[in-house]
Amino acid sequence: MSAQNAVQPSLFNIGSATGETLLMRNLKLFASSKLSVFFSAITLAFIIMAIAAPLIAPHDPNEADLFLRLLPPAWMEGGEFSYFLGTDALGRDVLSRIIYGSRVSIFIGAAVILVATTIGVLAGLAAGFLRGWVDIGISRLVDILLGFPYLIFAIALIAMTGPGLQNIILALAYKEWVIPCRVVRGETLATANLEYVEAAHALGAGKWYIMLREILPNILSPVMVVSTVRMAHVIILEASLSFLGLGVQPPTASWGSMVADGRSYMLDEWWLSTFPGLAILLLVLSINVVSQGLRDAFDPKFHD
Amino acid sequence: MSLGKLIERLAQLIPVLLGVSVIVFVMMLATPGDPVDIMLGDQQVTAEIEQALRHDMGLDLPAHERFIKFVGNALTGNFGLSYYHRQPVMSVIASRLPATIELSLVALIFALVVSIPLGVLAAVKKNSILDRIATVSSLFGVSLPGFWFGILLIMFFAVNLHILPVSGRAGFGSEVEPITHLLLIDSLLRGRFDAFSDALSHIILPAITLGLPMASILMRVTRTSMLDVLDRDYITFAEAKGLSRTKILIKHALKNALIPTVTVAAIETGSLLGGNMVVETVFGWPGLGRLVVESIFVRNYPLIQAAVLFYAVTYVLLNFVADILYTVLNPRVKL
Repeated sequence: MSAQNAVQPSLFNIGSATGETLLMRNLKLFASSKLSVFFSAITLAFIIMAIAAPLIAPHDPNEADLFLRLLPPAWMEGGEFSYFLGTDALGRDVLSRIIYGSRVSIFIGAAVILVATTIGVLAGLAAGFLRGWVDIGISRLVDILLGFPYLIFAIALIAMTGPGLQNIILALAYKEWVIPCRVVRGETLATANLEYVEAAHALGAGKWYIMLREILPNILSPVMVVSTVRMAHVIILEASLSFLGLGVQPPTASWGSMVADGRSYMLDEWWLSTFPGLAILLLVLSINVVSQGLRDAFDPKFHD
Repeated sequence: MSLGKLIERLAQLIPVLLGVSVIVFVMMLATPGDPVDIMLGDQQVTAEIEQALRHDMGLDLPAHERFIKFVGNALTGNFGLSYYHRQPVMSVIASRLPATIELSLVALIFALVVSIPLGVLAAVKKNSILDRIATVSSLFGVSLPGFWFGILLIMFFAVNLHILPVSGRAGFGSEVEPITHLLLIDSLLRGRFDAFSDALSHIILPAITLGLPMASILMRVTRTSMLDVLDRDYITFAEAKGLSRTKILIKHALKNALIPTVTVAAIETGSLLGGNMVVETVFGWPGLGRLVVESIFVRNYPLIQAAVLFYAVTYVLLNFVADILYTVLNPRVKL
């Protein structure tokens, strides 16, 4: 353990003159912004809502009651308090479906980012550190995948494989890994010649050891910032696919398909499309604000 | 930039375009179901006819020969027959393309017209209320799901206020004989102002929906680069010379600050293509994006493949233009 620390003068020790690590300092900087903290709390609330959906939702999201179809929200005439945001054309509770819908958005967003970041970080490290044909191969593939507009690429894949949870995650991850890969490759190129990497070399550390234990910890901040921004993107993409009917299939509630279903009723039943869309906006906005806060806190340009 | 450099950069596009066509081709191979079966549908034919059809479509060749044939056909614009329309894929795409181009152009113009003045104002009045409002709205702009925002616009302006049409590209009776196939231009060229205002009223909401995320991004780019430029010595010098504020802003600052904006705009125009599918579906806009979405549900694979290839090639070319623009506008950058 102590031998490991000796060759690992990483990010976490840099600010140690004041007894404070750089990571801690950056996180404190992040927490000093009220806006960042507020929107972090909203994001967290969404995550809790997704996990605890069965406990929070007032009704079964798929339970249809045709006698209760198209009820308006509670504060409007004819609304019922137990169906706070009204009911849809099949008499299902809109609020419960929004609560359950958060599971689809957050799960797909997190799964895609997890898969894509893992692949992207490994590929980017390999390309930036090993160079040579590995770099050429990976960089060419990245260039080619960047040649496709995102949504078109995902739609084409789903057209081939059919909709469904697993296929959506794959369709989005196939292109998403390119983004962390480019970031990590650039950061690795910049890091690979620094003294501590050379020191590790001199101490006889293996390539994978240097990549994963020396370089990776030092480039985690940009990866973290990029993943949060991209998660917001992926959630909108998933909602767009669901809106087009290519996402998670009915009766599973997803925000995008709820907006699509509500479209036919927008003349009178405006709440059917409005509330699920508002949920998407609020979640994506929160993640975007958090990611901007992270970027400001972690980017040395913004420090005094 | 020299012609040699330009040709060199163009040559670098070839491996990317080739790679893009390999991926589209592999998608085609991986498509479930036999193309002949899908094409024939319910029709009963003899084994000989089926065999002949298979041979005709080149399906009996080995994969690498099929790929070469596919690329050759793609270069000549031959993508086979659209199963659904019983017409060549290329002519179906060509018939839908003008609507998409027109919508994208108007969205682009909207984004530029909104973002540049706002970005400049936000930079000049840094940390003012206006700057804050601009920053917050740009965050909203990139967080809004386009399909939902489009529906809200329809509900408000079309359903409640009745001032704009709900969907479509033109109303009944405002057909004009095509020249460019762009309705806004054709109607003006033909002197049909009624048709022009009709086309304009149809395009406003979809163009705003499509252009909003781009406007948000461009606003931030303009603000950042304007702030950067305003910090430079030559601006201080111009101020010291006693030039008027407006003259400094427009003549000295804006000219340089717009370089990143123009570059990002060219890249983002490619993203407009991707957004088309959603926006065209919401507004019943008869363009390529909606055609692709419709094609998925009727399993019209040749059309999807051709469209994907078309989108990808356009996207690659737009990024190339962005690169070139950046070097032309910014002589210090060498390719």
